[in-house]
Amino acid sequence: MSDQSAPGAASSSAPMVRMAGVNKNFGDLHVLKDIDLEVARGEVVVVLGPSGSGKSTLCRAINRLEPIDGGTVEIDGTPLPEEGKDLAKLRADVGMVFQQFNLFAHLTILDNVVLAPTRVRGVSKAEAQERAHALLDRVGIAEQAQKYPAQLSGGQQQRVAIARALAMEPKVMLFDEPTSALDPEMVGEVIEVMAGLAKDGMTMVVVTHEMGFARRAAHRVVFMADGEIVEDTTPDSFFSRPATERARDFLGKILTH
Amino acid sequence: MDVLFGNLGEFLTRFGGTIGLFVCSAIASLILGVILAAMRVSPVPAMRATGTVYVTLLRNTPLTLVLFFFALGFTKLFFYLPFFLLAVIGLSLYTAAFVCETVRGGISTVSEGQAEAARALGFGFTQTLTLVVLPQAVRSVMPPLTSVQIALLKNTTVAAGFSVFEAGGFYRAVNERGGSTLVALLWVALGFIVLVIPLTVLQRRLEKRWSVAR
Repeated sequence: MSDQSAPGAASSSAPMVRMAGVNKNFGDLHVLKDIDLEVARGEVVVVLGPSGSGKSTLCRAINRLEPIDGGTVEIDGTPLPEEGKDLAKLRADVGMVFQQFNLFAHLTILDNVVLAPTRVRGVSKAEAQERAHALLDRVGIAEQAQKYPAQLSGGQQQRVAIARALAMEPKVMLFDEPTSALDPEMVGEVIEVMAGLAKDGMTMVVVTHEMGFARRAAHRVVFMADGEIVEDTTPDSFFSRPATERARDFLGKILTH
Repeated sequence: MDVLFGNLGEFLTRFGGTIGLFVCSAIASLILGVILAAMRVSPVPAMRATGTVYVTLLRNTPLTLVLFFFALGFTKLFFYLPFFLLAVIGLSLYTAAFVCETVRGGISTVSEGQAEAARALGFGFTQTLTLVVLPQAVRSVMPPLTSVQIALLKNTTVAAGFSVFEAGGFYRAVNERGGSTLVALLWVALGFIVLVIPLTVLQRRLEKRWSVAR
């Protein structure tokens, strides 16, 4: 099930995400070292690695929430410009889900999902609300639309965050450790929504520690260590035949406890 | 009681003047203060610098001097404006510096993730600030912001210094008519206490309404 090829990957001309020679430093720390990564249309790429390996930074560099020091990032063939109006426009096409959910605390669940389509895309309020209800229904939060984020569980908040990102009809979705801040019993409900998205053909870059999701939904696994991409392969071969010592070490720690 | 009821008309008109000064200055200072706070967190260095210089100048200058500048200097330097308007301008410019710093404090309580989520959705700086950060920032600083506005209400008495008709000048009017200055001042103090009550009630209401969202 894990070695299926990405739908549409062969037919599209430009990859949905292309990173070439991307470098990033935090002071003396070289967190991204010459990163080259392409994600095809409809492909689901899971990024794995020990903490501090740069996988979160890589994810955040894709929509330039994390400014980079060198190299290029392209979304659907368009290079990401400097901070400003054009970058904001490109970001609107890239959905992002954060570890800490980051729902807008002062808005109801419904308004969280409605805000960006109306204010960024200029969708009418009625239409945006209708779509928001449909999305909330899809992620199983339909009854909570009038509540505030603080009144929901972590798992519910994260599902709303996914709905909020989907409301912009993004070309690609980035997940930055979406289940790491959740209580264990809530991880499943979020993974379920993500697997559904993957199945529907959404292009996804997922930084996670959920090996189950990687095995089940990923087309590719990218393994990072010390700011470098060390392995880039299918989930099947990564989990059963890791090519490098670092990957074997990592898998040993993760899978044996 | 004679001091109050013998001069009731005077008392009420003067407090009317106080309320007028306060309402106009409160609105203007809140708007200007929020704009200044936005400037102070802006990515544009020139904006940040302007905001910083403004706050440093106005916050560090005694209100009396600010108001005297407008009462005596403004008309000479520029053009004629009624004293009431000059007082509103002076009070607003002065209070805005405090509003700015209070709101800026509120901005720093809003987690970085809120702004990141907004940017990731395609909001620019201004939208991120006005739709996401500022609404939460202002909510989190309701108590100190109310205190700033209460201070403004009381600061309106300084405007009495240049013949704006307001409550602080009540004792003088009473004195001219042979009444007790001390009693007049006590009535004025009581009047201010009564005026502050609705502000406190408003603060509590808003805090309660917004508490669910935090």
